[in-house]
Amino acid sequence: MSAAAELARRHRWRWWEALPWLAALGYFFAFPNYLAFGTQVLVTILFALSLDLVLGYAGIVTLGHAAFFGAGAYTVGMMALHLGWNEPLSGLAAAALVAGATGLASGLVLLRTQGLALLMLTLCTMALLEQAANMGAAWTGGFDGMPGLSFGRILGLFGFDVLYYRSQYLYALALLFACFLIVRTLVYSSFGQSLTGIRENLLRMHAVGAPVRTRQVIAYTVSAALAGVAGALFAQANGYVNLAVLGLDRSAGVMIVLILGGYGRLYGAFVGAIAYMALEHVLATAYPTAWQLGVGLTLVAVALFARNGLIGIVDALRRLAGRAAGSPR
Amino acid sequence: MDLSSLISILLGGMAAGMVLFIVSVGLSVTMGLMGFVNLAHGAFAMLGGYAVVFAMNHWGLPFPAALALGFVAVAAVSLVLERLLYAPLYRATELDQVLLTIGLTFAITAAVTLGVGPETQTVVLPEWLSGQTDLGFLQYRTYSLVVIVAGCALMLALWLGFERTRIGARIRAAVDNRRMAQSMGVDVARLFSLTFALGSGLAAVGGGLGAEILGLDPQYPLRYLAYFLIVVAVGGLGRISGVFFAAILIGILDFVLKINFPKGGTLFIYALALVLLLARPQGLFGRRSA
Amino acid sequence: MNAALLETRGLCRSFGALEVAREVNFRLERGARHALIGPNGAGKTTFVNLLTGVLAPSRGNVLLEGEDVTALAQAKRVKRGIARTFQINQLFRGLTVLENVCIAVAERLGVGGAMLRAAGSRADVLDEAARLIDMLKLSGDAGRRIVELPYGRQRLVEIAIALGLAPRVLLLDEPAAGIPSAESHILLDAIATLPKDIAVLIIEHDMDLVFRFAERITVLVSGAILAEGAPAEIAANREVRAVYLGNAV
Repeated sequence: MSAAAELARRHRWRWWEALPWLAALGYFFAFPNYLAFGTQVLVTILFALSLDLVLGYAGIVTLGHAAFFGAGAYTVGMMALHLGWNEPLSGLAAAALVAGATGLASGLVLLRTQGLALLMLTLCTMALLEQAANMGAAWTGGFDGMPGLSFGRILGLFGFDVLYYRSQYLYALALLFACFLIVRTLVYSSFGQSLTGIRENLLRMHAVGAPVRTRQVIAYTVSAALAGVAGALFAQANGYVNLAVLGLDRSAGVMIVLILGGYGRLYGAFVGAIAYMALEHVLATAYPTAWQLGVGLTLVAVALFARNGLIGIVDALRRLAGRAAGSPR
Repeated sequence: MDLSSLISILLGGMAAGMVLFIVSVGLSVTMGLMGFVNLAHGAFAMLGGYAVVFAMNHWGLPFPAALALGFVAVAAVSLVLERLLYAPLYRATELDQVLLTIGLTFAITAAVTLGVGPETQTVVLPEWLSGQTDLGFLQYRTYSLVVIVAGCALMLALWLGFERTRIGARIRAAVDNRRMAQSMGVDVARLFSLTFALGSGLAAVGGGLGAEILGLDPQYPLRYLAYFLIVVAVGGLGRISGVFFAAILIGILDFVLKINFPKGGTLFIYALALVLLLARPQGLFGRRSA
Repeated sequence: MNAALLETRGLCRSFGALEVAREVNFRLERGARHALIGPNGAGKTTFVNLLTGVLAPSRGNVLLEGEDVTALAQAKRVKRGIARTFQINQLFRGLTVLENVCIAVAERLGVGGAMLRAAGSRADVLDEAARLIDMLKLSGDAGRRIVELPYGRQRLVEIAIALGLAPRVLLLDEPAAGIPSAESHILLDAIATLPKDIAVLIIEHDMDLVFRFAERITVLVSGAILAEGAPAEIAANREVRAVYLGNAV
């Protein structure tokens, strides 16, 4: 197949792209007692997907992405607690708006810098939000957060089930699918291609006349909105919000998940989240410190040998086997 | 507020700032020198602290000797890690460097927790360092005063070393323009190993000296990472005087805020860092890269 | 029309005490086939950086068709029609040749920021990119990633990108460097197909290429113009020969 033809067909859906979704549906029927865990995985995938857009594709290294996750979560929580507004879908929309606006504002300002200064600024922005949430206890519940949130029925039909998470799981899955469609469209568009260009060679993108900063800010804003949706989903599905939705732990955690799976590869978020959280579920509860040691050593190994994560390893194997890499790029 | 209270607060902040300086100065030079984002620097400080505690409690070494031991031990360990783990990633992306050093931090934190335990370590100060000193108008903690003096002495020593020695000149040249320095025959790789070891050793001393002030437990690196990075970023990469003043500024600010706003004090530090970095991304004393 | 296509007036740039551009008054006419030569360190690449906006001058102006563009950023100047290649390839190394050229063409066609349609479905972009790749004899490598190509081929991709921007002014910084001499005609052939009113400025050390291509030569030494004129004049100029050409020509 000629290069042009291959490029022209790259955005078409492959048959195996249906697999993750079928598997997710299958999980619903196969593991009815583990849907709470499944929901957390779905939320994490969405969060990691949002990070992929900004880190994997646009190449913006940020340690503060939890700021937008938290913005979304707290928006939904505060609306429910203080405004008595607990309609889930509109809450979600509000969360996306607030998180997106936060992303736009901070992106416009922060993306003037690069390198260490940018990294530090993303960290500071998130830490600021974290401190604000801690201090504004009257609004945010401070350190303890807002436990015991309850939400209305989705579309007036499906209630949130605190025990078995049945509606939550399908709700999260539907949302993930919708957001995935958005990200997939963006990634395959000319805009997405230009993001990859920005990541690969910033100077060159300037030299082809691309409005680099504008593209970066747009990517950052969309990514922030998506992270906000993930945060709102977290708050709605679990029925609580606390400071843990912000902070370096959550930012580093989602970055680890994405890197392990493979950044800049659309499905890296899926692979990374499932692998990481499954392992964590099994190992971390039993041996938390050993788990941390393992994660640390794995990161070191990944940084040295497997920068493209699990998908990268699969790619390398396939290339060794002589076939061209076929995963979406 | 009367004068002695004011001075008391200033001294307390300066002591904390000195610890920040001693730990962060190595980070500033290595980041300025190699452009390598080393988020594991705090872990080296922590290891130094643990080495000092261990040497004092198990081997009965006096405090200064324990500090020296901590310096040497951590410098040696960091040299090994630099050759094995850091060197392969000098040309890698920022993301890879962040990954490596965060992973290293996690691993070291976990290893210390497993090996020693999660409790806070206490440094038992020797007789001549505890208690108070009479400054005339004020009685102040001897130890804090010693830390302040030590920090100033280090600053002077480093300044002399950088400004007056040939190696110092080479380091400054390489920080300013690595390729130019290389083409003038400076062995940049060896220079970096040397400064990395030196910087990590200093961090170890900072960890040991500061254990009494900042505390010492396995969460130390992650808890203080932001502070070290802010001090370095605000001070300007590779600028020793910049780090010095930034550390004192942040130390005093943090101290004052912790007293008056125990719940939200850190917010102002982050806000200040944000404003400063936006106004001058190269740091207060940094120079825009050529 | 008196206004040159690209012009500098009193262009100066210094780094501290080092002056890399000294009162450079330079004109690039419409349809020019102009070469810029000079010893290493003369400031040729710096000059191109000043022309394209990568570097800001300490003093002086850059004018594009009479309009002062000195304050314009690099990307904006590209949109106005100035394209350049870099002395050291600046390509998207992880992407394929086709993708590299498509990005440039998409930006030129104004669809670089389009978010809905898949990039691969834009036939106009793909066709134009394919045409350029073909012109530079890279069709066989279109689907290969840049990192997999030999340096000389990468150089040709660099040129394809510049051509893909359909510029009015094309600045080529040592385009033949790294291209095996057997293939350097590909470069000249590609330039020959360009519309006649495009101005082309080449920085080169390969004197063979320079004298085959140039209708006008400027000699830059230590940031200042030493001599300027038709190739024959420059070849005969004693000062130039002493400073740069030696007695080989």
